[in-house]
Amino acid sequence: MSYQLPKFRHPDLPVNALGYTRADYEGSISTLCAGCGHDSISGAIVRACHELALEPHKIAKLSGIGCSSKSPTYFLGKSHGFNSVHGRMPSVVSGANMANRDLLYLGVSGDGDTASIGMGQFAHAVRRNLNMVYIVMNNGCYGLTKGQDSATADAGSASKKGDPNPFSAIDLPGLALQLGATFVARSFSGDKGQLVPLIKAAISHRGFALIDVISPCVTFNNNPGSTKSYDFVREHAEATGTVDFVPMREEITASYPAGRSQEVTLHDGSVLHLEKLAPDLDPFDRVSAMVALQRHSAEGQILTGLIYMDKDSRDLHDIMETSRRPLNSLVEEDLCPGDKVLANINASLR
Amino acid sequence: MQALQSVNEFVIKFANVNGTGSASANNLFAKAIFRMGLPVCPKNIFPSNIQGLPTWYEVRVSERGYLGRRGGVDIMLSVNPQSMPQDIKEVEPGGYFIYDNTKPLDLRLMRNDVNIFGIPLTRICNEEYEDPRQRQLFRNVIYVGALAALLDIDFAVLTGLVEDQFKGKDKLILPNIHALELGYQYAQEHFECPIGIRVRASDKVGDNILLDGNTALGLGAIYGGATVAAWYPITPSTSVVDAFERYAKRLRIDPGTGRKNYAILQAEDELAAIGMVVGASWNGARAFTATSGPGLSLMSEFLGLAYFAEIPTVLFDVQRAGPSTGMPTRTQQSDVLSAAYASHGDTKQVLLFPSTPKECFDFGALSFDLAERLQTPIILMTDLDLGMNDNMSPPLTWDDARRYDRGKVLSAEQLEQMERYGRYLDVDGDGICYRTIPGTHPEKGAFFTRGTSRDEYAVYTEKGEEYEKNMHRLMAKWETIKEWVPRPLETQSEQETDTAILFYGTSEESSMEARDYLAEDGVPLNAMRVRAFPFNQEVADFIARHERVFVIEQNRDAQLRTLLMAEFELGPDKLKSVLCFDGTPISARNIRKQILQQMPGYNVTPLRRERMVAGAENRS
Repeated sequence: MSYQLPKFRHPDLPVNALGYTRADYEGSISTLCAGCGHDSISGAIVRACHELALEPHKIAKLSGIGCSSKSPTYFLGKSHGFNSVHGRMPSVVSGANMANRDLLYLGVSGDGDTASIGMGQFAHAVRRNLNMVYIVMNNGCYGLTKGQDSATADAGSASKKGDPNPFSAIDLPGLALQLGATFVARSFSGDKGQLVPLIKAAISHRGFALIDVISPCVTFNNNPGSTKSYDFVREHAEATGTVDFVPMREEITASYPAGRSQEVTLHDGSVLHLEKLAPDLDPFDRVSAMVALQRHSAEGQILTGLIYMDKDSRDLHDIMETSRRPLNSLVEEDLCPGDKVLANINASLR
Repeated sequence: MQALQSVNEFVIKFANVNGTGSASANNLFAKAIFRMGLPVCPKNIFPSNIQGLPTWYEVRVSERGYLGRRGGVDIMLSVNPQSMPQDIKEVEPGGYFIYDNTKPLDLRLMRNDVNIFGIPLTRICNEEYEDPRQRQLFRNVIYVGALAALLDIDFAVLTGLVEDQFKGKDKLILPNIHALELGYQYAQEHFECPIGIRVRASDKVGDNILLDGNTALGLGAIYGGATVAAWYPITPSTSVVDAFERYAKRLRIDPGTGRKNYAILQAEDELAAIGMVVGASWNGARAFTATSGPGLSLMSEFLGLAYFAEIPTVLFDVQRAGPSTGMPTRTQQSDVLSAAYASHGDTKQVLLFPSTPKECFDFGALSFDLAERLQTPIILMTDLDLGMNDNMSPPLTWDDARRYDRGKVLSAEQLEQMERYGRYLDVDGDGICYRTIPGTHPEKGAFFTRGTSRDEYAVYTEKGEEYEKNMHRLMAKWETIKEWVPRPLETQSEQETDTAILFYGTSEESSMEARDYLAEDGVPLNAMRVRAFPFNQEVADFIARHERVFVIEQNRDAQLRTLLMAEFELGPDKLKSVLCFDGTPISARNIRKQILQQMPGYNVTPLRRERMVAGAENRS
C-alpha cells in the first residue's frame, strides 16, 4: 500500500526559480523498509531536481522491477512514471526518448534489474549513448524476493543468510567504461553531499550518464561480512574528489582552492567544479579511469565520485540525425506523403 | 505421348541453386508475363542459406485470374543436378521438363510421359564467357531467353524490362539482352517453337501492380504516420523495416533541415524491440516492430504489459514455419494462437489478417489508428508467402483528406478543466479511457504507468475488487473492439447450400479457386474470409447458418478453428479442418481433395494412407 503525503507544508519553505518548494518534487510516502538506502537516493533526486528548478512535467521517470524500481513512486509526483518489465527499462526509455527528445529521462534500476536480467539492454543503451540518467540503486542483493545474492555482490561477501558469495562481482562502472559510456560515476546513498551534485551533472550531460549508487539493504544485506553494508562502505569508500555543480543560470559564488581544482563547462552552459583527491585519476581520460577503478578494487577500496566524463559526447539523436522537433509532435503534413506519391510508386510496380 | 496444351493457364517451376543470381532472372520472366497483361503469381521457395542449396521459383500464370497455388507443375526448368530427381518427378504427365543437358540426364530419371528438352546452358556459357561469375549469372538469363521462344513471350517486353531494370547502369543492358538472344536463338534452332503451352498477350491485369506484402507494410507504416521503428533482424520480416527505411529516406527527410522525421533502432533482440515500441507509443509517437514467430514468443511479456497498461502497440508478424531453427524460410499461419492470447495473465490480443499487398498497406496504416483508438496492441498477421513474394494486387491508394485517429488523448486545455483525472476511469461506457502524453500539463495528467496493481486513478493498490473491476472493463473494451476491426467478407453460392468454407490471409486465392472446382463437383459452398480477431458478430452468424464449415488454414493444429471454438463455445462437430503445413502455400487441388474426403457420403480412402504415396498430394 502507498499513502499520500500530508499536503501541509511550512509556508516559508524556500522556492526555486519556478516557484516550487522541494515538496513539489516529492512523491508518495515510501513503502520501503525503514532505513533503506533507496529512500536517501530518492531524496537526493528530489533535491537535485528542485535546486535545478526543473519543470516536473518535463521529466519522465522509468524503472524496471524490484525494490529500486518501486522507488520512482516516491519522488517527482508531478512527473509521468513507468514501472515497466524486469530488466527492460532501457528499451522503454530508448523508445520514449526517440519519441520526444525534449524530456529528461530518469531511469532507476537495481543491481538485479541491471546486472542480471537486464544486462543486455543496459549494455546496448550504453553503447548507443542514449540521452538519459541511469541510476542503479545497488545493494548487492534481491530485496523483494528476500535477500538472494545479486551479480554485483562481491566474492566472499556474505548477506544475512550467512553463506559467502562464491562468484565474482560485476562492476557496473568498469563495465560501462569498457562499453564506451560517456559519463560514469559511483556514489553512496549515505553521502548526499557527493550524490546531489553528481545527479545534477548527470542531468546536464548529453548522453548516457550512469551513477552506480551503493545503497545498503537494511533488511537482508547490512550485516558484518557484507561489503554492501553501511559500515563497510563508509570504511572503504575513497572519493575521486569533490564535485560541485553550478547550473548555467547561477553565478559562481563558492571559492575553490587553486591548483587541485578543475572547471568544466557542460554543453548546456552549466559548470562543474572538480576538486581532485585521487592524484592518479584524470576523469576525462577513459584509460586513466579504468586503471583507477581497477587499482582501487585491487586494494579493497571503493572508488566513488565522478570517474569518467566525455565532454564532447554526442547522443543517439545526434548520431542518427533525427529531427530537432520531437517526433511525437509531427502531424499528417510532416508524415504522410499523400496519394500523388503513391500513384508514382504504383507506376513503378507495373 | 500426349503433350499438355494450354494458352495462358499453366504452372512453371524453376529449380536452381541459391546465390547464383537466379532470383532476378526468374523475376524477369514473371514480370514479362505480367506486362503482357496476364495475371501471374510467382512464389519463391528458398532455403535458409546464402549460397549453394536448392531453390525453386514457381510461377502460376492464369488468364482467369487464379492467383493461389494450384498444385502440380506443367513446366519444370531444372538447372540444379542436386534436385533433378525430385524435380522431374513433380512434372504432370504430358508436361515439359527443360534442363541443362551439358551433362546428359541420368537415364534412371527418364520419364516417358513427359516432354524433355535439353539446352546445354553451361556449355553455351563456357563458350561465350571467360569470367566464372558471368558464366553463372548469364546462364539464368539465357534460359529466360529460351523460354521466350518456347512459350512465345514477346521478346520486346523482355528487352524493355532489362532496360528498366538497369536504368542508370546502362552498360549492363546490352550484355543481358545478348544473353536473352543466345537462349532465344538456341531454342528456335533446336525445337519446334512454341510448345503446347504458350502465352498470348491479354488485358487481364488492368491497373494492378506486382508487389510483395512486406514492402506494402513498410509503406503502410510510412503513410500511417509511424515515426519510430524498432526491430531485430529475422526472416521473413526483415524486408518490412528495410522497405520502411528505403521509403523514409526518400519521403521523410525534413526539407528545411535535412534531418530525419523518423528513427529506426536496430535493437539487441526482440525483447528490446517491443520495449522500444512500447516506450515510444507511451510517449505519444506512432511506433511499430516487425518480427516472426520466435520474435513473437520473445515479445510476449511486453505484449501483456501493453495489454494491461493499455499502451498502443503495433506489431507486424510475418509468420513462418516454427520453431527457431525449424523451417525459417517456409510459410505457415502457425502463430495464430500464440498471438491471440499472447502473454501471461488473462490477455486477448487484437489480430488483423490481410490477404493482399493492398490490404497489407491498408491494414498496416490502419493498425496505428486502431492501436491509438483502442489503446492496446494490434498484431498484424501476415506470412512469408504474402510478405516475401510478389503478388498481383490492386494499386495502393490514400485519401488525402484522411486524418489520423489519435483516439482518446487529453490536451492541456482539457486537463485544465478537469477536476480529477483518472487514467483507467471509463467515463463513457465503451471500456476505453482517456490517456495523457508525458509533458502535456505542468500540474495535471501525470500518472504512474504499471501493470494492474492500481485503481481507476492509477494509484497503487493490491485490492482484489479493483483488479476485478479493471478486468471486467477490459472485457467491455473487447466488445467495443469488435465494432472497430475490419469485418469479414462473404461470398454467397448461387445454389442453396448448408456447407461453407472459412479462411483468412493467404489461403484466400486457393480457397476460392477450390470453391470453383467443388461447385463443378456438385459441392456448392458459401465462403467467408475472416479479417480480424476478435471475431465480429457476422462470423458467429455465418457459422450458425451452416450445417458444416470447413476452416482452411496453413498449420497443423487448426489454430483458427480452435480460436473459433473457444470464443464461440462451439462443439467440435460443426467446424471441419482443411490444413496444409509442409511449408509451402496451400494449393487449390489440395483443398478440393480434403473437402471432398470429408463430405458426407463421399467414399474415401483415409487421408493418412494416401499421403504415404509420394507426391500424391500434389498430383491428385
